[in-house]
Amino acid sequence: MRILRAGIQRLVFSAVLLVILTGVAAAQKTLTVYAAASLTDAFHDLGKQFEKSHPGTEVLFNFAGSQALVAQLQEGAGADVFASADSIWMQVAVDSGLAADPEPFAHNLLVVIVPKNNPGRVDRLQDLGRRGTKLVLAADAVPAGRYSRMVLRNIGAAPGFPADYVHRVLANVVSNETSVKGVVAKVQLGEADAGVAYRSDVTPPVARVVKTITIPDNLNVLANYPIAVLKQSRQADLAREFVALVVSSEGQLVMQQYNFIPVGAPAPAMSH
Amino acid sequence: MAAHRRGSVEFLLRLATVLAVVLLALLLGLPLLALIFRVPAGELIGRIGDPEVLQALRLSLITSAGSTVVVVLLGLPTAYLLAARSFPGKRILEAVLDLPMVLPPTVAGLALLLAFGRAGLAGSALRAFGITLPFTTMAVVVAQVFMAVPFFVAPVRAGFAAVDRRYLDAAATLRASESYSFFRVILPLSLPTVLAGTAMAWARSLGEFGATITFAGNLPGRTQTMPLAVYVQMESDIDRAVALSVLLLVMSATLLVGLRYAPVGLFWHKTNAQLQRP
Repeated sequence: MRILRAGIQRLVFSAVLLVILTGVAAAQKTLTVYAAASLTDAFHDLGKQFEKSHPGTEVLFNFAGSQALVAQLQEGAGADVFASADSIWMQVAVDSGLAADPEPFAHNLLVVIVPKNNPGRVDRLQDLGRRGTKLVLAADAVPAGRYSRMVLRNIGAAPGFPADYVHRVLANVVSNETSVKGVVAKVQLGEADAGVAYRSDVTPPVARVVKTITIPDNLNVLANYPIAVLKQSRQADLAREFVALVVSSEGQLVMQQYNFIPVGAPAPAMSH
Repeated sequence: MAAHRRGSVEFLLRLATVLAVVLLALLLGLPLLALIFRVPAGELIGRIGDPEVLQALRLSLITSAGSTVVVVLLGLPTAYLLAARSFPGKRILEAVLDLPMVLPPTVAGLALLLAFGRAGLAGSALRAFGITLPFTTMAVVVAQVFMAVPFFVAPVRAGFAAVDRRYLDAAATLRASESYSFFRVILPLSLPTVLAGTAMAWARSLGEFGATITFAGNLPGRTQTMPLAVYVQMESDIDRAVALSVLLLVMSATLLVGLRYAPVGLFWHKTNAQLQRP
């Protein structure tokens, strides 16, 4: 009996400790936002702003590859807002009756990132095709992965690049990550020689450990980010207010601070 | 009055027990049934022939068999040492060996990267031997070994410790050396436990996901084992993901049932059970 009591005491103690550590606060309302992984930092910031202007509301985020978010929503995950990193997955969400009236709210560009100490000696885009370069991309189904492959095809078709460039680069892929943040992590840790990610992924802490190789505008791809209120939302008004914040000039400023291109800004000339 | 009340309490407790068992059976059983009935059997078999599915299947079989061999080779002496001796730092070793059981696999994967990645603690030492682990099939095996070890060591250690002292004393009076009594007394007597532990470790290796995708990455044919393929396919072709899952389910279940209830007498003459219950 004493052993049992001691055991229960320990269990309760651990549970209390866990709760304190996680700092669970009681909020009256919770807004659940499913957002593309590349939006992690910008949306955290916007979420805090929203919580400040809506006291008693807590904004919960689920960040993952847009394809994973749609899969989760299709299997019945509960959420109020969906922000995708490309129009394709938003269209899938609309077509399967999950969302309606998406609004564009940001653009993004792709960059090549390499670890600061550059173990693979990747200094220019040509080097991505050098045999043995460990390249990490997002998987095909991930928006960043699809954009990356589009960019590589653009580069391969440009003058000054070998005809088998795309083939050689893709043969160097050592991992297809399930979100663009996985790509960043593998480069950040110095395990991959190079990765293709969004310009906005090179946040100040990332920039301390990685180098960026820019992709010329005429070879780059402009990523489109649409956002929509989900039809299943039981607090559609609150959800609409969050979307309004994101597309407002205030929200667009935040997006810009995180290296996204606001909508309506003069876009560089490039392929879509 | 008191007897009556005790009777009704007894009844309520029994009812609660039945309810709990039914709820648990539903919670665990229903998802498995849903998996099996989602795709018609004929189509399922067709999809198992997909080159991508076969590739993942081959990789999973090779890596999990490899990691199970490593777990047994390293785990047997460790389990014996823990069962037979006490030494300074034993508690710490025990804790370290148990940790993977409660550690989130992605944390394990990150830890593995920080230790055995090329930029990790042991990275340059490994490179001196020409080994670079991340993004290789070997990294998959390392991740599986890391996660599977406790599932082997814990039961096997308990099995070794449960061998009746009298047999060891008898062996000692016959001047049997320690290694002789390990191989001829302890190991045969605890063979069922060793086999069960092997099955658990193998099944755990087969199902490893988080540590693998973090440490080894995700590339078909090289590091994309079946659980990774399930995850990736779930986002594009859910039926193929279901086919892969059913295959994985059947394999794990076969392992568990097969090795746990294997007729041990076929492999060895006298088992613990036979000796202890003559």
